[in-house]
Amino acid sequence: MLADLAVHRATTLADALGLLASAASRPAVLAGGTDLMVLLNARTWTPAEVLDIHGIDALRGISLEGDRLHLGALASYADLIESSLVQTHSPALVEASRTVGAVQIQARGTLGGNVANGSPAGDTLPVLMAQGCDVVLVSSAGERKVRFDDFYRGYRDPDIRPDELIARFEMDPLPAGAKSVFRKVGTRLAQAISKVILGAVGVVGPDGRVSSLRLSAGSVGPVPLRLRATEAAAIGLPPAEAAVAARAAAAEEVVPIDDVRSTADYRREVTARLAARVVSEL
Amino acid sequence: MKQSVDVTFELNGAPVTVYDVPPLQRLLDTLREELRVTGTKEGCGEGECGACTVLIDGRPVNSCLVPVVQLEGAKVVSVEGLAEGARLSTLQRVFVEAGGAQCGICTPGILLAARALLDREPDPSRDTIREAIAGNLCRCTGYQRIVEGIEQAAAEERAAKGS
Amino acid sequence: MSVGTSPPRSDGAAKVNGDARYIDDLAFPDMLHGVTVRSTTAHARYRGFKLDPDYDWTDIVVVDFRDIPGPNEINLIELDQPCLVQDIIRHPEEPVLLLAAPTRERALEARKHVHIREEPLPSVLDMDTAAAAETVIWGENNEIARLTIRKGAGVGCVDAALEANPGATLFEGEYCTGWQEQMYIEPQGVIAQPYGSRGVAVHGSLQCPYYVVKALTHLFKLHEDQVRVVQTVTGGGFGGKEEYPNILSCHAALLALKAGKPVKIVYSRDEDLACTTRRHPCVTRHRTAVGDDGSWLAAEVDIRLDGGAYATLSKVVLSRAIIHAIGPYRCPDVAFDGVVLATNTPPNGAFRGFGAPQVCFAVERHVDAIAAARGADPAAYRRFLAMQVGDTTATNQLLKGSVSANEVLDRALGMAEWESRRADCDRINASGGAPPQKPRPGLGDTPRLRGVGMSFFLHGGGFTGNGEARIQGEVEMVVQPGGDILILSGSTDIGQGQRTTHALIAADVFGLPLDRVTMALPDTSKVPDSGPTVASRTCMVVGKVIEDCAVALLARVMGEEAARPGPDAWGEAVDAFLKAEGDASVKLKYQTDPDTRWNPDTYEGDAYPCYSWACDVVEVEVEPDTLEVTISGFWSAQDVGKAIHPVIALGQLEGGSLQGLGFATIEEMRFKDGKLLNDRMTNCIIPTSLDAPEMHVHMVEEPFPGGPSGAKGIGELPMDGPAPAVLAAIEHATGIRLESLPASPEALMTAAARSAS
Repeated sequence: MLADLAVHRATTLADALGLLASAASRPAVLAGGTDLMVLLNARTWTPAEVLDIHGIDALRGISLEGDRLHLGALASYADLIESSLVQTHSPALVEASRTVGAVQIQARGTLGGNVANGSPAGDTLPVLMAQGCDVVLVSSAGERKVRFDDFYRGYRDPDIRPDELIARFEMDPLPAGAKSVFRKVGTRLAQAISKVILGAVGVVGPDGRVSSLRLSAGSVGPVPLRLRATEAAAIGLPPAEAAVAARAAAAEEVVPIDDVRSTADYRREVTARLAARVVSEL
Repeated sequence: MKQSVDVTFELNGAPVTVYDVPPLQRLLDTLREELRVTGTKEGCGEGECGACTVLIDGRPVNSCLVPVVQLEGAKVVSVEGLAEGARLSTLQRVFVEAGGAQCGICTPGILLAARALLDREPDPSRDTIREAIAGNLCRCTGYQRIVEGIEQAAAEERAAKGS
Repeated sequence: MSVGTSPPRSDGAAKVNGDARYIDDLAFPDMLHGVTVRSTTAHARYRGFKLDPDYDWTDIVVVDFRDIPGPNEINLIELDQPCLVQDIIRHPEEPVLLLAAPTRERALEARKHVHIREEPLPSVLDMDTAAAAETVIWGENNEIARLTIRKGAGVGCVDAALEANPGATLFEGEYCTGWQEQMYIEPQGVIAQPYGSRGVAVHGSLQCPYYVVKALTHLFKLHEDQVRVVQTVTGGGFGGKEEYPNILSCHAALLALKAGKPVKIVYSRDEDLACTTRRHPCVTRHRTAVGDDGSWLAAEVDIRLDGGAYATLSKVVLSRAIIHAIGPYRCPDVAFDGVVLATNTPPNGAFRGFGAPQVCFAVERHVDAIAAARGADPAAYRRFLAMQVGDTTATNQLLKGSVSANEVLDRALGMAEWESRRADCDRINASGGAPPQKPRPGLGDTPRLRGVGMSFFLHGGGFTGNGEARIQGEVEMVVQPGGDILILSGSTDIGQGQRTTHALIAADVFGLPLDRVTMALPDTSKVPDSGPTVASRTCMVVGKVIEDCAVALLARVMGEEAARPGPDAWGEAVDAFLKAEGDASVKLKYQTDPDTRWNPDTYEGDAYPCYSWACDVVEVEVEPDTLEVTISGFWSAQDVGKAIHPVIALGQLEGGSLQGLGFATIEEMRFKDGKLLNDRMTNCIIPTSLDAPEMHVHMVEEPFPGGPSGAKGIGELPMDGPAPAVLAAIEHATGIRLESLPASPEALMTAAARSAS
C-alpha cells in the first residue's frame, strides 16, 4: 500500500550519493516518474524504499565541453528539444525526443531515465549508440565512464552499480560530413511505443564509398543493438551497393520477437529495408 | 526515508499545503481527494490519455504520473485556474462555441495543453496545435472542432492584445 | 433561438471550467469503494472461494450470488447472463464476488487475498469451433440468434440468376472485422445507495437509466417506485454504456444494500477494457450474380457475429447487420442468413453502428472488387448501382422519399476532386512516390505512395420495424410562470449534445432563447421513459415528441394560429393562461406512422422510418518500406435531414468518422484463451490528434417529414463508411488488397508477400 512506501527526496548529489553508499540494499531511484509511476499505478512496482532524485538540479545541465556535448542525466526531453546545443550537435536526439510520448511525457521524462529503464524500445537509445557516447556514472567514490555500446549487460540490465547514479552522457562529436538519421516506426503518430527504431551516423568519402557507419537498432532485440556486421558489410562500398549488403546483413543481425505490438517477421523485414534505405541515402 | 510528507505548492495562484500525505501520492489524487478539486480527470492511470493534464511551472504534465513529493515550491495550474474570476476566459468561451467540448471529460486536459501552447506560441499553425494536444485523447470530436477552436481562440487573444 | 443555429451548448461552461460532475467526482457520506473479483479461465466449473484467513476482513463487505434476493439474472433480452457466477464460469473476467472497503486502495488490497476455485472445462474460443458445436456452451448449438431475409427468388437466387443469364458473372468474397473498443475516456462507474425502506438508488455514467431500473427491479424483486436511477454527466458512451451499466449497477447495489451504505464502483481502465462489452467480430460472405451491364441480379450474404459468452443485445446487432447487408444498392432477389455464435469470451455488445459498420465494410470491399473486375470507376459504378426513390430495399421497403444518394455522392466526390485526385495519385505513384505532405520527426522522408478510395452507405434511423411502437417513448413538458419551459425526458446527454438539441427544438417552437428552456436531470423518479439513448433515435424520435409537446402547448395557450411568438408575447400569454387554468403541461408518446408495415418474423417491410445516406472519400499515403499508412485527407457528405444545431451535428459526423478511420488502421483487440492481451491504453490504441486528418464534412439536408424540422438520426451513420474507403485508398496506392481489418502495416506486409509469391 502507498502508505507503507518510504521516500527520500534528495536535492543535492552528495545527499543522494551518501544515501546510496550507506544503504544496505539499493533503493529504487525515481526521476521524472514517466516509467515508474505507470508501474506504481498498475501495482506492479512495489518498492519498499525510493530515492527521489528529481530535485537534483546539478544533474540537469546541458553544455558543450570542447567538441563533446554533455547532457545531464536529468535533462528532460523538452530540455533536449529546446536546447540549441543539442539541435546543433545531436539533431537526431532532438528528433527522437519529439517522438517520445507527447508534450506531457516530454516535460517530465529524462534522458537518464530512458537509459536506466533500459527498455529495448527506448527511443533515444539507438541515437546515443549510433552517435557514440560515454555514460558517466557517479558514486561517493568518484566518476566512472562506460561506453554506451557496452552499457547493457542484458535485457533491462544496465551497468549501474548499487551505489551509483548516472550523472551525464558525453556525446561523441558527429564526424565531418556525416549524415545522422533517426527513424522510428511506431504504433501511431504520437504516444507511440516503437516497433522498430533505427539510428545511424554515416559518412561517404570523397571516393564515393561509405567510409564510416554506425548503425543501431531498437525494439529488435533484448537490448538496443549495435549492428556491427551490417556496418562492416556496408563500409567500403558505394551507397547503392552498400545498401544491398546492409539489407541482407541487417536481416540476419537482428533478433526480434512477436509481441502485443508487432511481429518478428515484420520487424526483421522493416529493419532490413530501413537499413538499406538509410545507407543508400548517405 | 519518510512515509508521509507535508508539501507546499501553489495551485491556481494561491499557496496550498497538504499534510501527512504519502510521498508518491499522485498529484492527480492530491488534487481530487486531498483538496477536493475535481476538474482534473482520470482516464487511464498510465499517462496515455492526458485527461489528467495540469500545468507545472507552465508545462503540461500528466498528473497521474507526478508524485506529490516533487511538487514542493511548484506552480500548478488546473482547469479551475483558467477562468477570469466568474467569467470564462477567451480560450474557454471560444472552445465551447466552436464545439470543442462534447462529453467534456478530455476538455480540462486539452484546455491546459492549449493554454501552455498559446503562452509559448500565440500564433500556432494547425499542425503545431495538433502536436501540442497529441497527448490528449478525445474520442468524441475527431479533434476537428478542437483544433479550429484553439486556432480561433488564438486569433481572438492576439486581437485583444492588439497584435 | 431557432433550429439551424448553433448557440453555445448549455452544458459547455461547466465542462470548460471544471464544474461538471462526473461520477468519480462525487462522494457521498460514509461511502465505500467496491471492486470485483473475476474469473481467470474461459470455461470452468466454479467451486467456491476462500478468503485468506491471515488478512483482516473486519471492515470489508463481501457479496456473492447468495446475496441476490431475486433471480440471479441481468435483465436484458434473454435472461442468460448471471449477475454473479453461480456454478459455471463462461468467460475470463466473469464477475464472481464483490468487495467493498472504506478506501479504494483497501478494496484493491483485499482483492489480492481472495482465491477462486475454477475447474477448467473445454472451451470454445472462436466462431468456427462454436459453429461445429462439438462443445456446446450456449443453448443447443451455440447459436445465440439466427435471422434470415428473403426477397424475390430468395434461397438459391444466385445460382438461379447465373443460370438464367449467360452473360452474368459470379463474384464471391469473404470479409472480416474484429473487436473494437468504444474507448470512452471516462471509465464506467456508478454509486449505489439504499433508497427508501427496501429500495436502491443508483447514480452513474450511463446511457439508459430506465434499462438500469428494469435490471434492478428484476434482480432485487422491487417495484419501480422503489428504484431510482440518475444519470450523471457522462464522459462518452458510444453504446458501451448502453447495457453494461445494468451489470455494474446491480453489483454496486448488492454491496450497498448489504453494507447499508453508499458504494462507488469505478473501473480502472484495464478492467474496463478487459471486462466490458465491445463491437462484435464479424465474418461476412458475399455471393453475387452480376449482370453484364453491372447490375446485381441476385445477392446472397452470410453473416456470422461472435457474441461472446452471453446474449446481451446480439440479436439486435444481427438484426441491423442483416438489414444493412447490401446497404444502398439495388438488387431484386436476395437471400441473407445471419447467425450470432457464442464463444467463451467476454460478451460483446453495443457500439455505434451496431452491426452496420461490419457489413458496410464487407459490401463496400465487394463492390470495389466488382468495379475493378469490370474496369469501372468505383464512383461511377456506385452511382449506377445506388437505390433511388421508387426502388425497394432488401426487406422490400419502398423508398418513397428522402433519398439523397445522388447528392451525397456529388458533394463528397466534388469536394474531394475525385477524378483529378485519383489521376494525381496515379502520376505520383508512377514516378515513385512523393514526399510526405506532413513531415514528422522519425517518419523519414522516403517518397510515399498515394491513393484515394471511397465508400457509399446508408443507415436506418431509430429502432427497427415496430421497435418504436413497442418502446412508446414519452416526454413531459411543463410551462412555468413567465413562460419558461421545463422538459422532462429519460434521454441522456453522453456528449452528443442532447440537452442542447432537445432544448433548441422546443425553444424554436416558442421563439424563446435557449436559456429559457430547461432540461430536467435524467432522474427516473422524475422523468418519463423516453426510450434508450441509442440507435440514432434521440434527435429524430424523442426530438419529434418534444416538438409535438411544444406545438401542443403553444396551441393550447395561444391557439392554433400562433407561431414563434417570442419571449414577451409568450410570457404574457402564459401568465394569463396559468391564472385562468392553473397549470399547463403535456405528456406525449411517440407516434409511429400508422402506414408502417413490418413483419418481425419474416423481416419484410418498412425496416426503418427513414435512411440517412453518406459518401466518404479518403486519401492515404503509404510509406513503401514499412507500409505505415497515414490518412492524409478525408471528405464526406452526410445526409442529416435537418441540422438542428449545425456545430453539434458536425461534431457527431466528424467524431464518428475518426472512430471509423481508427477501426480501419490502428484499432485492434487481441485475445488469447479468451483473455484480452492488449488491456492498457498504451497497447489498445485510438487515434491522436496527429493521426486524425483535417476533415471536410458537408451536411446534406434531405428532410424526413417524421423528424423534428425534418431531422434524421445521425449518431451512427458516420461510423459505417470510413473503413472500406481507407482500404480502397490503400489498394489504389499500393495494389495491396485487404479484405479484413485492421489494415495494419503487418497485415499489409503479409498480404503483399503472399501476392508476390
